[in-house]
Amino acid sequence: MDVLAPLIVIALLALVVLLVSAPLRRGGSARMEAEDELRRADLELARDAKYREIRDAELDYRTGKLSESDWKRLDRELRAEAIEILRRLDEVGGGSPE
Amino acid sequence: MATVGRACLILALAVCAYGIVASLYGARARRPEWVESGRRSVYALAVLSTVSFVVLQIAFLRSDFSFAVVASHSSTTTPFFYRAAATWSSQEGSLLLWLWLLSLWASLVLFLTRRRLRDVAPYATATLLGFGAFFAGLLVFAASPFGLLAAPPQEGVGLNPLLRHPSMMIHPPMLYSGYTLFAVPFAFAVGALIVRRVDAEWIRATRRFALAAWFFLGVGILLGARWSYSELGWGGYWAWDPVENASLMPWLTGTAFLHSVMIQEKRGMLKVWNTSLVLATGTLAILGTFLVRSGILDSIHAFGASTLGIPFVTLIAVMIAGSIALVVSRRDVLRTEHGLDSLMSREAAFLLNNLVLVGLCFVVFWGTFFPLISEAVTGTKAAVGPPWFDRYTVPLALVLVLLSGIGPVIAWRRATVANLRRSFMWPVAAALVTLVALIAAGVTRNVGAVIMFVAGAFVLTVVAQELGRGAAARRAMAGEAPPRALVNLVRRNRRRYGGYIVHVGMAVMFVGVAASSAFQHARDVRLSPGQRTSVGGYEITYVRPTTRISQRAGSLEKISFGAVLDVREDGRHLTTLRPEKGYYPSQDAVGLGPVGRFFEGESTSEVGMKAGLGRDLWTAMSPDVGKMRPLIDRGDKAFAAVEGKIPPAMESALLGRAIRGLVQRYENQPPPATFRVISSPLVAWIWIGGLIVFAGGLIAMWPAADAAGRRVRAGYAARVARELGRA
Amino acid sequence: MNPARKRRIRLVVALSAALLLSSALIYTSFSASSEAVTPSRLAAGADSGRAYQLTGKVVEGSVRDIPGGKSFRVRDRDGSTSVPVRYVGAVPDPFREGREVIVTVRKQGATFVGERDSLVTKCPSKFSDKQQSTQR
Repeated sequence: MDVLAPLIVIALLALVVLLVSAPLRRGGSARMEAEDELRRADLELARDAKYREIRDAELDYRTGKLSESDWKRLDRELRAEAIEILRRLDEVGGGSPE
Repeated sequence: MATVGRACLILALAVCAYGIVASLYGARARRPEWVESGRRSVYALAVLSTVSFVVLQIAFLRSDFSFAVVASHSSTTTPFFYRAAATWSSQEGSLLLWLWLLSLWASLVLFLTRRRLRDVAPYATATLLGFGAFFAGLLVFAASPFGLLAAPPQEGVGLNPLLRHPSMMIHPPMLYSGYTLFAVPFAFAVGALIVRRVDAEWIRATRRFALAAWFFLGVGILLGARWSYSELGWGGYWAWDPVENASLMPWLTGTAFLHSVMIQEKRGMLKVWNTSLVLATGTLAILGTFLVRSGILDSIHAFGASTLGIPFVTLIAVMIAGSIALVVSRRDVLRTEHGLDSLMSREAAFLLNNLVLVGLCFVVFWGTFFPLISEAVTGTKAAVGPPWFDRYTVPLALVLVLLSGIGPVIAWRRATVANLRRSFMWPVAAALVTLVALIAAGVTRNVGAVIMFVAGAFVLTVVAQELGRGAAARRAMAGEAPPRALVNLVRRNRRRYGGYIVHVGMAVMFVGVAASSAFQHARDVRLSPGQRTSVGGYEITYVRPTTRISQRAGSLEKISFGAVLDVREDGRHLTTLRPEKGYYPSQDAVGLGPVGRFFEGESTSEVGMKAGLGRDLWTAMSPDVGKMRPLIDRGDKAFAAVEGKIPPAMESALLGRAIRGLVQRYENQPPPATFRVISSPLVAWIWIGGLIVFAGGLIAMWPAADAAGRRVRAGYAARVARELGRA
Repeated sequence: MNPARKRRIRLVVALSAALLLSSALIYTSFSASSEAVTPSRLAAGADSGRAYQLTGKVVEGSVRDIPGGKSFRVRDRDGSTSVPVRYVGAVPDPFREGREVIVTVRKQGATFVGERDSLVTKCPSKFSDKQQSTQR
C-alpha cells in the first residue's frame, strides 16, 4: 500500500496536468473556428429562447392574462427581434470567418 | 491511502489557484485557450475531490480506525448503511462533501455553458474556483479529514444513534447540494456584473441550477422536518432552531429570485433587485454552512468548532462587500427598461411576493441572530422563542399563499375588470364556500388557520382553472383531444405548469401546517401498566411493558424498553401502538460500569404512530429508569469486583446475563413511564404537499427534450457545414 | 397625476410600510426576548415572572422525577453555582446528568419553572471532538 500511494499521486498529478494544459498545447489554429461556432451557438440559443417567448405570449393571451392589444404589440416586437436574430445567424452561417 | 487523500486535496488547492489565474488572464488578454484551461481546472478539481472523497468513504466503510475522523464518528457496530452517512456527520467529512458537490455542479454548469456566455464564463469560473480554493484550503490547513492516529483504537466512538434514520442518509447531501448549487447562479451573477452584461442571458444559462438548488434545499429541509417528527421524541417538525433557519433563509431568497427573474426576462425590470437577490442567496448559503459548522448560536445541532469561525467570517465579509461594490458600481447598466404600469398587474403581484419572501427571510434572520444582536446592543445575550417567529411568519405566510393564487392568473402590465372577473370569479366563489362550510362545521377557534384553509381552497381552484383553460386553449390552437391537450400543455410549458403544481403543493402543505398546529391535542402523562389517559377523543391504555435486546457483530448494541398501548375511540378498539426507547452504551465510559453505561449513553425514541390522511396519533415514551438505579449499581459493583480476574469471554457472558436479568426485572416490575401523546390533524398533508411541490419542481426542471435534440442536431449541422467549407 | 410623481408616492408608501414593520419587529424582539443567563447570574438575583433562557450543565445526581416531568439543578459550565429547575413535560432523548442544556425558565418562589417544550439538550459527543465542544 505504501508503494502504491506515491504512484497513484504521481498518476493523478500527470492526469491533472494533461487535462488542464491540453488547450494551451493545442495552439491557436482551432481558435478562429471555435470563435465562429461559439457565436452561432449563442445565436441559436437566443433564437430558441425568442420562439419560446412568442409561444408563451400567445398562451398568456389565450388564457386571459394579456389583453389583445398588448399581445398584438408584444407579438410584433418579439417577431421583429426573432427576425433580427435569424438574419445574424445567416450572416454567421454563410459568412466568412471573422 | 490517507496520503493519497491528503495529496489530492493539496493538488486540488493548487488547481483552484491555477484555474483562477488562468481564467482571469484568459478573460483580460482575450486568450480563449487560457479560459478553456481555466475551465478544465474545474474538471480537474472534480476528479481530485472525487478521489479524496472516495478514499475517505472507503475508510469509513472499512472501519479503518487509523483515520482519526473514522475512529471518532464510526464504529464496527454501526450498520454498514450508516457508515457511509457517518462520513458527513464529521466536520471534516462535511467540508469535503461540500467541496466535492461544488466541483461536480460547477463542472456540470461549465460544461453545459461551454459554448455560451464567453465573456461571463471566465469570471464565473474564477468565482467558483474561489469557493473551491476556500474549502480546499480549509481541508488542507484547518480541518484535514486525513489525520492519522498513531495508535488506532480497536473500536470507534460510533455514529450517534439519533442519526441512524434513513432520512439522515440523504438530508445532509441534499442540503449541501442546495447550498453548493446556489454558488452557481452567484458566480454567474458576479461574472455578468463584472463584464456589465446584465441582460437575461446569464439568468437563462443558470436558471435550471437555481431551480435545482431550490429543489434540493427544499428536499433537505423537509427531510429534516420529517426526521424531527419521527425520530426525536418531541413530536414537532419545526422549532425555529438556528440551524433550521440557516437552511430556510437561502431557500426563501432563492424562491424570491426564481419569481423575480421572470419579470426581468419578460419586461427587463428589477435588474438591481435580481442581482442583489442572487448575491444575497449565495452569501446566505455560505452563512448557512457556517452556522451549521461554527456553533456560534445555541442550537440543538451543537456542532461546535470555533476554529473555522475566522475563515468563514472573512469569506462572508468578502462576499458581502464584493457584492455591494459590484452592484453599486454597475448601477448604470442595471437601470430598468420599464416602469411598473399598475398595481393591479402580474408585475406588482410578483413584486409583492418578493417583498413578502424577503420580509420572511429578514424575520428569520433577525430572530436567528438576535442573541448576537442583543449582545452587541444591550450587552446581554437574549433569545427570542417560537412565539415571536410565529407572530410574524404566520401573517406573511397567509399573504404568500394568497399571492400564489393571484400571481398565476392576473394579467401582465394592467389587469382589466374583465380579466379580474374572468380569472377570480370561481376561485373567490370556492373560497367563500369553504369559509361558509368551515363556519357551519364550527371550525372557528383559530382565525389564522381558517384564513389559511380559505386561501388554500382559492389557490387550488385557481390552478385547476388554469390547467383547464390552458388545455382548452391548446385544444383550440392544436386541435387535440382534452386529456392529450392537458398532457401536451404541461409538457410544452414545463416551467409554467411545473410552477403552478408547486403552488398547489405549497398550499396543501400550509393547510397541513395550519391544521396540525392549530388543532393539535398534546399531553405528557405518567402511567403505570393498566392506567389510562385520554387525548383528543382517544382513550389510551398502557397495557404492558415490552423489552428487547439488540445485538450486532456479537456485541450488545442496545437495550429497548417499550410499551404496548391500546387505543380506543368511542369505546371501540382502534389500534395498538408500540412506542419504545432504545439505550445505547456510552462510548466514553470513564467511571461507568458495564451495565450503567447503557443508561449514560445515547438513547433514542422509537415513535409509536398511527398515521392517517385525517389525523396522526403520535406517541413516545420514556421509562423511569431511575427506579432501577439500585439494580444497575449493584450489577456494576459486581463487575468491578471481578474485573480482570476472569477471562473476557466469561465476562461478556456474565454481562449478557446481567443485562437479561435487568430486562427481566423491568418486565416483571415495570416502573412508571412518561408518555407524550399527540393527536394532530392533517399532518400527513405536509408530507403529501411536499411531494407535490417536488413533483412540480421536477417538471419545471426537466430539460425539454426537443431543445436538447435541436442543439445536438445544430452541432452536427455546423460540423457538416464547416467540413464542406474546408473541402 | 404624472407617472413619475405616482411612482415616487408608491416608493414612499412602500418604504414607510417596510420601516414600520421592521421597527415593530425590532421592538418586539427586544421586549419578547428572554435574557440568556448562566446559573450564577440567576442565583445572584432574578425577577419573578420574567422569562430567562438558562444555559448550563445538569448537576450530577440532581435529577428527580416529579409528576409529568423532572426536577434537576443546573450549574455553570465551569463552576459549581447551581439553581433548581422544575420542568414539566417530556425531556428530550439526549437529556442526561452532566449534559449541557438550554431551558427557558421563570422564577416561582425559590425555584425556577421551565417552560413547556423549551428544554434543549446539546449533545457534546455527537458531532465534534470533545475538546472543541467544551469551548465556545
